Amino acid sequence: MDVVKDVLEKSAKEADKYKSVEVNKLIDIDVGALLAIDSNPLDSKALRSSPNDYLLKLTRDNVQLMYNQIWELPTERIEEAIVVKLPKPKYSLPRAKPVPKPRSLTKWEQFAKAKGIVKKKRTKLTWDDQLKKWIPLYGFKRAAAQKEKDWVLEVPQNANPMEDQFAKKVEAKSERVAKNELQRLHNIAKAKHVKIPRFGLTNPDVSSAKELQAAVTVAKSSTASLGKFQEKLPKEKEARGVGAITPGATRKRKLPPVSGSDEKTQNLNIVETVLNKRPKIDMEKAVARHMNDEQLQRSEEKKGERPKRLRKSHGSSTGGGGRKKPKNSNRPRKGKMAGGRKRR
Amino acid sequence: MKRLSEERTKILFEKLAKYIGPNVKLLIERPDGIYCFREQKDRVYYISEKILKLAENVPPTQLICAGTCFGKFTKTNKFRLHITALNYLAPYAQSKIWLKPSAEQQFLYGNHVSKSGLGRISENTEKYQGVLVYNMADLPLGFGVAARSTADCKHADPLASVCFHQADIGEYIRSEEDLL
Repeated sequence: MDVVKDVLEKSAKEADKYKSVEVNKLIDIDVGALLAIDSNPLDSKALRSSPNDYLLKLTRDNVQLMYNQIWELPTERIEEAIVVKLPKPKYSLPRAKPVPKPRSLTKWEQFAKAKGIVKKKRTKLTWDDQLKKWIPLYGFKRAAAQKEKDWVLEVPQNANPMEDQFAKKVEAKSERVAKNELQRLHNIAKAKHVKIPRFGLTNPDVSSAKELQAAVTVAKSSTASLGKFQEKLPKEKEARGVGAITPGATRKRKLPPVSGSDEKTQNLNIVETVLNKRPKIDMEKAVARHMNDEQLQRSEEKKGERPKRLRKSHGSSTGGGGRKKPKNSNRPRKGKMAGGRKRR
Repeated sequence: MKRLSEERTKILFEKLAKYIGPNVKLLIERPDGIYCFREQKDRVYYISEKILKLAENVPPTQLICAGTCFGKFTKTNKFRLHITALNYLAPYAQSKIWLKPSAEQQFLYGNHVSKSGLGRISENTEKYQGVLVYNMADLPLGFGVAARSTADCKHADPLASVCFHQADIGEYIRSEEDLL
């Protein structure tokens, strides 16, 4: 009995230390969202005198009320932790981001809307008169049915009899597919507001040198005279292999000469042009020749000096030294000789 | 056998002019008949007209080569001279290099020529000019490009390369598959 009394007294004392668990207030609590909205008016006197303490007390009371609500929910115990499952929130939070704009219509969708075309659902199986059976329009066993239908293809009146109609059909289909793909990409680009030029390179910044060269060649030949009078930069090379997309731009090849003598004269003319392009006064060669001549001169001088020096050594040495010619001191040196001659 | 387009003929003659200069005319204008250039699979052949007429009778898929192969055009339209052109270009060479017997073997293995292997060099050879390489017995060994002009060669140190290797007769053994 004493033990029980002691324990009760102890708990009562401890309870006095902490503030009371009961609070008399009415506030909105959404346990699912862990949201408590206190719409009671604030005590202006207390707010003015000691704002921090008042607000702290207020918050503490509100949180206490929320905790009371949380503890009312059914609890579980998972590995030494008391867990409570929160219900679904009732309060709906406002949007964090603005409402997205509706997707812009593709070219076909715009057209269909304007014309009033409504999508009609087609059934998968259709009756085919030729095969006298039901064939699927898409999906499983469609390709086999088409193959059965195409066992023979008529050559139309105006077509070349040696043309392969089957290959033509396959090629036409692949062209249609490619066109559809291109239009789909255009729609996507339009929806994302990405600007793409109608003709030419889509992004010159990441194009390779070959693509740029091809673009330049195509642009050059897009004139009224098909690029015949467009100037070329001296070392600019035209792209090869763009003949298909620049029709008419490549000069018609002149008929090759029939006789051998004509070809000979043609070759001679080309040789003439090639040789004329070589410079008549080749700077490098002239400089090399000039240097060569100077070296010969100098070696001859040395030969001349040596026996004379031997003679003069008996006499005055200053005379031999004074005879040194300051020739070619101001000669402009080019290239390799600029720093002075390297003696062997 | 196709005729060379004008652009390609120009490239070919420019390359030949580097080695034989104005003597290119002598290759075309010969006293013993008309010789012409034909192309097959990017390889350029130098044939006389008589042989060309005979070669035209062979179907193109079965024709391996006709005349002498001077060289071939690379994928980027540059002309590469082959060693098979040596006998036609040797008599018309503008500048020549003679090699010492010690360096001869090195050159025939495909190495460049260093100053220590240089025997003689013709006067007034400019830098990067096409040269014909001979051995001391005046036998043509191949083609090269002068790394230095004649005057510069005198001041080079013995290990510096004086001529870059382009083609040599050792290739007949080393790269048999490539020549055909």
